[in-house]
Amino acid sequence: MTLSEEELAEELRDGVVAGAPSRTRLIAGRFFRSGQGRLGFGVLALMFLLAFAGPLVSPWSYLDKDFTAFLQPPSPDHWFGTLQTGADVFAVTLRGMQKSLIVGLLAALVSTALAAVAGAFAGYFLGWTDRTLTWVSDLLLVLPAFLVLAIMSPLFGSGQWPLFVITLALFLWMVTSKVVRGMTISTKEHEFIQAARYMGVAPVRIIFRHVIPNLSSLLIVDATLNVSTAILTETSLSYFGFGIQPPDVSLGTLIADGSRTAVYAPWTFWFVAGLLVVTVLAVNLVGDALRDAFDPSSKRAR
Amino acid sequence: MSPVLDVRDLSVSFGGVPAVREVSCAVRRGEVLGIVGESGSGKSVTSAAVMGLLPPGARVTGSVRLHGRELIGAPARELTSCRGKAMSMVFQDPLSALTPVYRVGDQIAEAVRVHQRVDKEAALVRAVQLLDLVGIPRPSERALAFPHEFSGGMRQRVMIAMAIANDPGVIICDEPTTALDVTVQAQVLEVLKKAQQKTGAAIIMITHDLGVVAGFADRVLVMYAGRPVEVGGVDDVYYRPRMPYTVGLLGSIPRADKGGRWPLTPIEGSPPSPAALPPGCPFAPRCPMRIDACEEREPPLFEVGDGHRAACIRWKEVAPYTLGVPAVYGAPGSARRTPRRAQRTVLEVRGLVKDYPLLKGTLFRRRIGTVHAVAGVDFDLREGETLGLVGESGSGKTTTLTQILELAPPQQGGITVLGHDTARLDAARRTEIRRDMQVVFQDPLASLDPRMTVHDILAEPLRTHGQRRPGRRIAELLSLVGLDPSHAARYPQDFSGGQRQRIAIARALALEPRLLVLDEPVSALDVSIQAGVINLLGSLRARLGLSYLFVAHDLAVVRHIADRVAVMYLGRIAEIGQVDAVYQAPAHPYTQALLSAIPLPDPVRERARDRILLEGDLPSPADPPTGCRFRTRCPKFRAELTGDERRLCVDVEPEVRPLSADQGAACHYAERRDVV
Repeated sequence: MTLSEEELAEELRDGVVAGAPSRTRLIAGRFFRSGQGRLGFGVLALMFLLAFAGPLVSPWSYLDKDFTAFLQPPSPDHWFGTLQTGADVFAVTLRGMQKSLIVGLLAALVSTALAAVAGAFAGYFLGWTDRTLTWVSDLLLVLPAFLVLAIMSPLFGSGQWPLFVITLALFLWMVTSKVVRGMTISTKEHEFIQAARYMGVAPVRIIFRHVIPNLSSLLIVDATLNVSTAILTETSLSYFGFGIQPPDVSLGTLIADGSRTAVYAPWTFWFVAGLLVVTVLAVNLVGDALRDAFDPSSKRAR
Repeated sequence: MSPVLDVRDLSVSFGGVPAVREVSCAVRRGEVLGIVGESGSGKSVTSAAVMGLLPPGARVTGSVRLHGRELIGAPARELTSCRGKAMSMVFQDPLSALTPVYRVGDQIAEAVRVHQRVDKEAALVRAVQLLDLVGIPRPSERALAFPHEFSGGMRQRVMIAMAIANDPGVIICDEPTTALDVTVQAQVLEVLKKAQQKTGAAIIMITHDLGVVAGFADRVLVMYAGRPVEVGGVDDVYYRPRMPYTVGLLGSIPRADKGGRWPLTPIEGSPPSPAALPPGCPFAPRCPMRIDACEEREPPLFEVGDGHRAACIRWKEVAPYTLGVPAVYGAPGSARRTPRRAQRTVLEVRGLVKDYPLLKGTLFRRRIGTVHAVAGVDFDLREGETLGLVGESGSGKTTTLTQILELAPPQQGGITVLGHDTARLDAARRTEIRRDMQVVFQDPLASLDPRMTVHDILAEPLRTHGQRRPGRRIAELLSLVGLDPSHAARYPQDFSGGQRQRIAIARALALEPRLLVLDEPVSALDVSIQAGVINLLGSLRARLGLSYLFVAHDLAVVRHIADRVAVMYLGRIAEIGQVDAVYQAPAHPYTQALLSAIPLPDPVRERARDRILLEGDLPSPADPPTGCRFRTRCPKFRAELTGDERRLCVDVEPEVRPLSADQGAACHYAERRDVV
């Protein structure tokens, strides 16, 4: 919702405050006014920058092996040291972060979006929509997610990570969608929803404009938790060898490998684990700040 | 005679924010003191402080003496022995004040046994006596019932029975009738009077309703911003007010007993926040008589007459507000009444019926009955006209409203909106009609999405109906309803109640509708704010040529704003007609009772009035009486009709029959009578 140039000029001429007082802009403003939001966003942006721009400055690629340095501590040649295979830790960590960040963030977003939409539709329309969606989510709840993912792992060969993201997301949304459904049913009774209906706003639009934004606190908390869960699930799957397949690497496979040498060669483990912790922390900060920014009654974000 | 309760310089603050400042008042035996004020004026905190019921964080100073005994700072044990015995309280919400899991008789018996050494049986006998005293039919049987089996009015009677169980010296009533319908309110006030005569207790009546105080209290204390601003005898305060706030308050109430449409005089602005009180008189920013000296320091209470004190430095110049001739307040532009000519019909409802199934069971849902929410309602609304739809809760007015707003084919009967029958509407036509018919709800906070800015709220109808750039129209709308266009960036909760309702009205007007449905639009607002919104609605109708369907339970507001009025009882129309005709000479016994139950803010008339009290509660809409639905509570049926005449009432359901040019009543023996 941005104002066109023309309208901006018109509003300025009328002597009205120029900033469009619409929700999007207001929330962005409130988000960046909070220290937490800025810090979290900054760290997360730094992580992305590191993961995607880092390889450009590193002399090594994640596939390269330095046969002159096996399991060496950090040095000017290898900034984070090397692995037992001679691979550069800096290069593989960044490669692993690329995968984990994308997988984690995407899986969390997809699953929360799925939960919001499925829950809100079920709660708003009730009847057949509700029964079908409840049946699907119940079915997915009883399937053992880890086992299914493990069985499906041969499909996640190189380049197949989007499939992995979707499968991961598919097993994360059910519980939230049930909460969303219940909250939608109570939100639906509010007069502002009635007002929108009597105004002639289409049901789908009411869901996206009124119902889901009013559940945003829950959804944001859920999404933040899901980022951690998704990254950790991916990490643990990869640890057992089911997630990202070699030669590709993820934080999970790296931690799995590093844990074996962590005691006498800490650089193989601590850099990866440290970056994972920092990433999850940054996501949580962003989530907290977003929740405050969305909630108009929150005093902290003012 | 020394006062029973003597409060001196009572101040209460919460975390440094003053809620009550220097309240002094005293009540004698058998006296009724009314404390009036708007929400946030500190009247409930005062009563809680007197009872010693404040949360631990409150700082209380001053003195409260009950029978000469100091209560402030008294040990908890001493307070407990006082509460319920020497001093008792009746709360606003009788449902939450009674324990749901105990029988009503046991709860009253417990109140007796806490303070008196009697055995269980004796206490129960006393409980039944008390229930009988407060007018509960078949008291020995009803004593065994649980609170949820009682209606709101009956529960409040039980509360009163508990309050007088130990013959207290003082009864504090905190808004005892606010949650009740007007006919039930009249019953409960009658019971309170009776209870007072029986016990001789002093009563402190806390309320925002100036009408209730006028008929009930001996003396009045008007509170504003946590401080008494005027104290005196009822007649002095109502007829010779010396504080501009009191004058404004009295001038802003719509009156059920005055015909003609004069604009109300709202008090500008809203009450100050207790955390940021102005340095001088707290009312100065809203006062029409403000001078520079007002802002220097807070005025003390001046002695302006015998036992009459007011906190205004210009009290000598304050003159009472007389209807039509505002002395202190300048009246805004006068509105005029539109004659009902052969104008186009905007809305027509014919024989509307709506039933709800009554289901039981969780696994197998069985239908065990039918709630006849609306059972055959007819009315029409012409262009530029306002129809008031009034009735008590359960009368079916809200169901009628939703049936119209849904634009869906009704179960039975027909609804024609702007010339289109809702039974034969396609989706596109329906959207088109939605453009021309808009709604304003009762609670402005609930009807505005809390997550949207005012800009987005007002843009929604515009965008929905295809306006891409709503910026300019939003600024227009905000100034139309008297708000600053620069407020568009704020959220609804940053506004006061009256301002929020203005936003809701602006949203309803965004698409320039022809019909506005108003569902209790002012009942959630304080009187001084309410007057502003009523005036706004009146002037908007005149300027934009709107038609209003105005649903309300407040008959005074309806008389003020409506051209015609329809009175509903148990899903049917009891009486319909031109406002002045219906109010001056109601023909249906229900309308007569309803109108006679409205408290008037006029002490002399209020004391002289003869009320028609209805017996009992509204029958269940799942099982309405045969024939005339009102006959079970009808004073005429009970007292005036002969056996043969009654048979007609029992057998035949009356239809609305015209009595004069524009007045009709659904009564076999309709007879016009002046009751207000």
